Amino acid sequence: MSWHRKHLLDIESLSAEELTTVLDTAREFKAVGERDIKKVPALQGKTVVNFFVEPSTRTRVSFELSAKRLSADIINFSADASSFQKGESFKDTARTLEALNADIIVIRHKAAGAPHFLARFLKAHVVNAGDGAHEHPTQALLDVFTIREKKGAIAGLNVTILGDILFSRVARSNIWALRKLGANVTLCGPSTLVPRVFEQMGCRVTYDIDDALAGADVINLLRIQHERQRKTMFPNIGEYARLFGLNRARLAKAKPDALIMHPGPMNRGVEIESELADCDRAVILEQVTNGIAVRMAVLYLVNGGIAEEL
Amino acid sequence: MADQPTARTVLEADALARAWRRVAHEIAEAHTAGGAVILVGIQRGGVALAQQLGETLGGIYGQAVAVGSVEPGLHRDDLSQRGMAELRPTELPGDLADKVVVLIDDVLSTGRTVRASIDAVMAFGRPQCIRLAVLIDRGHRELPIRPDFVGKNLPTHPDEHVEVRTNDSGAPIAVTIKK
Repeated sequence: MSWHRKHLLDIESLSAEELTTVLDTAREFKAVGERDIKKVPALQGKTVVNFFVEPSTRTRVSFELSAKRLSADIINFSADASSFQKGESFKDTARTLEALNADIIVIRHKAAGAPHFLARFLKAHVVNAGDGAHEHPTQALLDVFTIREKKGAIAGLNVTILGDILFSRVARSNIWALRKLGANVTLCGPSTLVPRVFEQMGCRVTYDIDDALAGADVINLLRIQHERQRKTMFPNIGEYARLFGLNRARLAKAKPDALIMHPGPMNRGVEIESELADCDRAVILEQVTNGIAVRMAVLYLVNGGIAEEL
Repeated sequence: MADQPTARTVLEADALARAWRRVAHEIAEAHTAGGAVILVGIQRGGVALAQQLGETLGGIYGQAVAVGSVEPGLHRDDLSQRGMAELRPTELPGDLADKVVVLIDDVLSTGRTVRASIDAVMAFGRPQCIRLAVLIDRGHRELPIRPDFVGKNLPTHPDEHVEVRTNDSGAPIAVTIKK
C-alpha cells in the first residue's frame, strides 16, 4: 500500500492500486466514525479551506465534518459571499486563501479543470470536490467503497448507471473507478444524454432500460441536472419517469440482491419510485455515511502520503 | 567492506520462547484476575505476539484471555516528518472500564509508538490501568516511557534496525539486527 500524490484532482489518473489504498484507508476511518469518540488527531494544526465556487450543501458539509473528525481547522469560503462579485480573479482569490496558510484547499467549481489549474501554482494540497461536468472523485470513491463493502469486491460486477450521463461528473468519475477496478459498466438514459462516445471509456451503451437492468448487481441512478443543460434534452419530466424511472417491475430484471444507489439530491417519482428509495436494497443513506470516511481518507492521504514501509 | 549492509541473528527461538513465557508469568503474577486483562497488540509487530501470548496466559489463568489490536497511526506525533501511516484495524473487545489493558509490542525504542497507542486506547474508554509488555527493549528512549514487562534487553546502536520474526502462530523465532 502506498500513496505519493500531493493532490486528488481526478480518478482518471489514478491506478487501481491507488484506488484500493484510498478504499482500505477509508475502511479504517469508517470504524473511527462508529466509535463513541469519533475524532482523531491526525490533522491537528492543519487548515483546510472549503473553496466552493458553485453552490453545494451536502459535499461541503461532508468535507467539513471529515476535516473536523481529523482535528483540522476548516473554513468555508463560498463564491456568492465573496470577492468575485467585486471583480477579483479566481487565481487571486485562491492565492489569498493560501496566504491564510491553508494546507489543503477543497475546490468545487463550475469550470472543468479548475482544480488542475489551482494545483499548478498553489503550494497547498488541492482536492477536487467537483469541477463542471468533468469529475467528482470523492463521490466515485464513496460509491465504489459502498459497493465493495456490500458486495465484497468490484471486479466482475455488473453496474448500470442510469440517467443524465452527459452532464454528470459523477458518472465520469464512477466510470473511471469502476472500469479500473474491473467492473462491467452499462449506461442507459435518453439518447441525448447518453451519447455513444462513452463506449470509448469501455462502457456498454443502451437505450432500452430493461436491457440495461438485466443481470445488474448495482443500479446507480443519476439526477437530471437541469442547471447544466442549456436547452431541453428530453420532452418532459413525466416522459422521463415513464421511460427511464426505476420502478418495481424494472427492478425485477436486475439480480435479486441488486443495490440501488443515488448520489443525491434525489427526485422521488422521477429517477426512482418513491417507495423503492426506502426499500432495504437502497443504500442511499449509507453512501452519505461512507462519504465522510472516504473524504477523511482523502484528506489524510494527500496531506502526507504513505511510504512503502515505515 | 564497512559499508556493506549486514544482518546478524542475535536471539533464537528457544531463548525467545523462554523469555516470552516468563513475561506471561510476570503478567499473571502482577494481575491475578485473568478476566480483567486485555492484551492489545500494537499494529503491526505486536499483534501476532499478543495472540500467542494470550494463548500462554490463558493456560496460566485457566480461562481465555481477551486479545485485541490498536493502530497508533492516527495519533502519531511524527506524521509531518515521515508521512502518513498505513492504517490497520483497531479492535478492542467490549468496554474498557475496570479492565487492565496490556499493550504488546515487539520492539520498544523511542517510546513514540507507545505514546500514540496509549492515546488511541484512551479514545475508546478509560481502562483501570494500561501496562506495557515488549519482547525486546533496545533503548534510545525519547519520551518518559518505561515497559512493565520485558522479554530481553538488547543494547543497540541508533542506526541499527531490529527485526523480530514470528512463526504462523505468532511465537517469536528470531531477532536480527541490521545495519
